[in-house]
Amino acid sequence: MPPAARTRTPAPSAAFSARALTKVYGMGEVEVRALDGVDLDLFAGEFVVLLGPSGSGKSTLLNILGGLDVPTSGTVRYLDHDLTRMDDRALTRYRREHVGFVFQFYNLVPSLTARENVALVTDISPDPMPAHEALALVGLAERMDHFPAQLSGGEQQRVAIARAVAKRPDVLLCDEPTGALDVKTGIIVLEAISAANAQLGTTAVVITHNAAIAAMADRVIHLSGGRVAGIETNPTRASARDLTW
Amino acid sequence: MRAIDRKLLRDAWRLKSQLIAIALVMACGIGAFLMAVSASRSLEATQAAYYERAAFAHVFAQCKRAPLSLADRVREIPGVAAVEPRVVVSVNLDIPGMFEPAAGLIVSIPDRDDPILNRLHLRRGRLPEPGRPGEVVVSEAFAEAHAMQPGFTFGAVINGRLERLAAVGFALSPEFIYSLRPGSFVPDDKRYGVMWMRRDQLAPSFDLDGAFNNLAVAISPNSNEAAIIDAIDHLTGPYGGESAHGRDEQVSHRYVSDELSQLRNMVRVTPPMFLAVAAMLVSIVVSRLVRTQREQIAVLRAFGYTAGDVGRHFLALVAMVGVLGAVLGIVLGAAMGNLLTSLYVRFFRFPELQYHMEAWVGLVGIGATTGAATIGAAWSVLRAMRMSPADAMRPEAPAVYRVSIVERLGLDRALWPSAKMVLRHLQRHKTRTAISMLGVAATVAILTLGSFVGDAIDELIELEFHTAQRQDVLVTFNEPRATRALHALRAAPGVITAEPYRVVPARIWHGPRLRREPLQGLPSDGTLRRVVDDRFSHVHVPPDALVISAGLAELLDARRGDELVIETLEGQRPTLRLRVHRVVETYVGTGAYVDMATLNRAMGEGPTLSGAALTVDAAASARLYQELKQTPGVATVTIKRAALESFEETLAENLLTMRLFNLAFACVIAVGVVYNTARILYAERAHELATLRVLGFYRSEIAGIFLGELAVITLVALPVGVAAGYLLCGAATWAMQTETHRIPYVVAGRTLAFAGTVVLLAATTTALFVRQDLDRLNLVEVLKARI
Ligand SMILES: Nc1ncnc2c1ncn2[C@@H]1O[C@H](COP(=O)(O)OP(=O)(O)OP(=O)(O)O)[C@@H](O)[C@H]1O
Ligand SMILES: [Mg+2]
Repeated sequence: MPPAARTRTPAPSAAFSARALTKVYGMGEVEVRALDGVDLDLFAGEFVVLLGPSGSGKSTLLNILGGLDVPTSGTVRYLDHDLTRMDDRALTRYRREHVGFVFQFYNLVPSLTARENVALVTDISPDPMPAHEALALVGLAERMDHFPAQLSGGEQQRVAIARAVAKRPDVLLCDEPTGALDVKTGIIVLEAISAANAQLGTTAVVITHNAAIAAMADRVIHLSGGRVAGIETNPTRASARDLTW
Repeated sequence: MRAIDRKLLRDAWRLKSQLIAIALVMACGIGAFLMAVSASRSLEATQAAYYERAAFAHVFAQCKRAPLSLADRVREIPGVAAVEPRVVVSVNLDIPGMFEPAAGLIVSIPDRDDPILNRLHLRRGRLPEPGRPGEVVVSEAFAEAHAMQPGFTFGAVINGRLERLAAVGFALSPEFIYSLRPGSFVPDDKRYGVMWMRRDQLAPSFDLDGAFNNLAVAISPNSNEAAIIDAIDHLTGPYGGESAHGRDEQVSHRYVSDELSQLRNMVRVTPPMFLAVAAMLVSIVVSRLVRTQREQIAVLRAFGYTAGDVGRHFLALVAMVGVLGAVLGIVLGAAMGNLLTSLYVRFFRFPELQYHMEAWVGLVGIGATTGAATIGAAWSVLRAMRMSPADAMRPEAPAVYRVSIVERLGLDRALWPSAKMVLRHLQRHKTRTAISMLGVAATVAILTLGSFVGDAIDELIELEFHTAQRQDVLVTFNEPRATRALHALRAAPGVITAEPYRVVPARIWHGPRLRREPLQGLPSDGTLRRVVDDRFSHVHVPPDALVISAGLAELLDARRGDELVIETLEGQRPTLRLRVHRVVETYVGTGAYVDMATLNRAMGEGPTLSGAALTVDAAASARLYQELKQTPGVATVTIKRAALESFEETLAENLLTMRLFNLAFACVIAVGVVYNTARILYAERAHELATLRVLGFYRSEIAGIFLGELAVITLVALPVGVAAGYLLCGAATWAMQTETHRIPYVVAGRTLAFAGTVVLLAATTTALFVRQDLDRLNLVEVLKARI
């Protein structure tokens, strides 16, 4: 990790700005307010960790930022796009051009090899890196032609990260990327995310239950009961290698 | 290749057996479609070309004896293009090496030239030399049946004298593409033949010098056929003319047309049925695919693939099945079309019958299969397209199982836990279970329908040959005879009993409605030829009343008690008025019956007969036939056993071919349905069954759960299929009935049993085949995979 990255301060321009963001799930009689008036700015190129107890609305927020879901009320802007006013087609285009996702359960396509899983995304991206390069970035150049079933959980998650970064996304959204992994593998995965953030200038948002990971972030946002409970700014970022949990 | 396309190919490869099974079902449907369409179009084109080339007449008329000058007057009728006056006579034939008599029809051709209408297509030999006696051209079918070579000689009773005829050539005629002896349903080329003779050699023997008794008439395009027919009737009436008619009543044309319309009906029934089953199978397979791939779909959408991309992705898979089905169907259709055409060549005597499959038919096939597959997949594909990427990402909520209906009814105490699992699973997947059951039931129904034709024919044979006609031999005379002729027959060798009958050609009117129908006079105490209804019961014909068949009643719109006006066309042509005493339900043909004494009286004649029904001592039959062959005045001799044999022989072969096709088709459906159901059950339950194995269940126990579901589906479907098959047969008899013919609606128990057994066997074999995978279940792998 280049030292410069660790000391870099967030750029002043907001990549995302959310205002009065509310998401209500109506399940029959019970109404669940997954997000309840979230105001938030995320800056271009910063590394943000979302922390919060289970059910606090982290995944919901991430999904809305990524254009996977739409809020019940409130607005989200990405640069000069108003995500809340986009129809499905426009959201799809937004995802295609700007967003990379990493999911807790990898979600690789089992019938495609590692390289093909990455190609799945690079095929439709305007300015992708070659699939093998993306895999080399996560240290899996050798395993390119293996199917997901032939890879361990951590390896599968690294393929998922390669898949997400291969398109050189402006935003990298990761929902508990290390949730299913042991420490050592978790660190490798986090290093890959952090490398993308540092080398490609990608805005990275990572959800985790693991407070230790927060040390890697520029900023740590705490969610609780669908609201922003607090924001900390780390003066210096720890490297993934130095984390313990 | 794009990664998403690669995924498509891998998915297709993984599902290959299922997709192939579906494609085969489609292939059967499309094959049947292509066969029927291409065979009917080939037949139609061949027919049209041959009619054109051979100048097949449009209108036909008969009379007793009309001067040739009358033909010129017919020629002057507006719209008449050409007239061919002919002499057409029936004769008895004595063919060397055949001890039964055969019947022949001799048609005159002009003294020196070729006929202008109904031209002969000479296959071998030559036309009779002008002026040379005893030379005939024989129909190719008859010649082949007797292995005749040019120069073959045989005897013919020509106007009471046995004469020798020499076959100098063999030919085809558009008038006898299908040649049927009057009164029978299937061709009998051994015992019935058509031949052509120079007019000047034939006419004198029948006192028709300078006269004709038959007209073939060609009309110009766009002329009014009905008006021309009326005009011809008007001219020939005074000469014993009976109703002229168009091609629609010409036997050969009628049979070819019937075959064509049957093929067209087939296009309407079979292919849609198979495509519907295929669409159902596609729907269960794609619905399952979309359900298991919801997370993959979510990933695609999350990374920016549009809903349209997702839809196209699944539709491409479906299109692959459609195209595969169509390609297999085209191959199958071409093969079956060829086979069908080769069957036709044996019945329909065309100069050449060539099978063509036009390109557009294939394209329609591809369109139909991909269309059916798309319809089957539509719902699931739409669901895949509508999946919100966020929702799809969450693991699917655990399936909601409920206590099954059987359990709620309190019948569960007798059930093992595994039986409960089976029932709950089936109930949870109601739609799929229903579709699978429908598929299996459809198979049973299709098999029933295929075998039912045999049952119907058995019934017809029993009714016609054993109940209605109990004679051994039926003799008809050239002309009505006095009772002396009956005594002579009784005295003939081997004759045990002889019962007379009287037939008078007539026009029957009911108000404005008219039908030409011979009036059949049966003796009141007769036991051999009887009027029998479709329930096999004997119908008494009282004096001074009429019994008519339901077909005739419908054509005349007549009911019991109505008075019909009968214009007889023989002798003094008296007109009778008789009330309908009864309308009898019959299967084949139309009929009008009166008491024979009533008919004799009405005709102003003493006891007179047109022929007789005989029972014969088999030991003496050879001598009897020999005598009948040489008896003047005997026009035809019909031996029931021979007629029955040729009927059964011809049909048996056709039926067998049909049933084999039907069996193959039905098995494809049964296997396709059961295999796909089994595969999906397996995929859905592998995880659960592997868990049970981990918990210590034996292979046989989990196999029981797996096979149990298939067994329940099959066993419930069987009675449904039997009921559906029975109804389908009813629909078929209804659809196939014509004005004059009905098919008995009888489905034999063995037909139902056969259908059930075949489906059970197909289902069991398929299930056991899939069960092998269960034995190879890799516990670790199954449990590792997230479902
Ligand atoms: N589709 C839905 N229908 C109803 N409620 C939902 C739905 N999705 C999420 N919720 C509810 O919204 C709230 C927030 O959910 P969310 O998934 O954002 O939580 P989270 O912070 O990601 O939790 P975890 O750390 O357990 O993943 C929860 O109470 C959840 O039950
Ligand atoms: Mg979450």
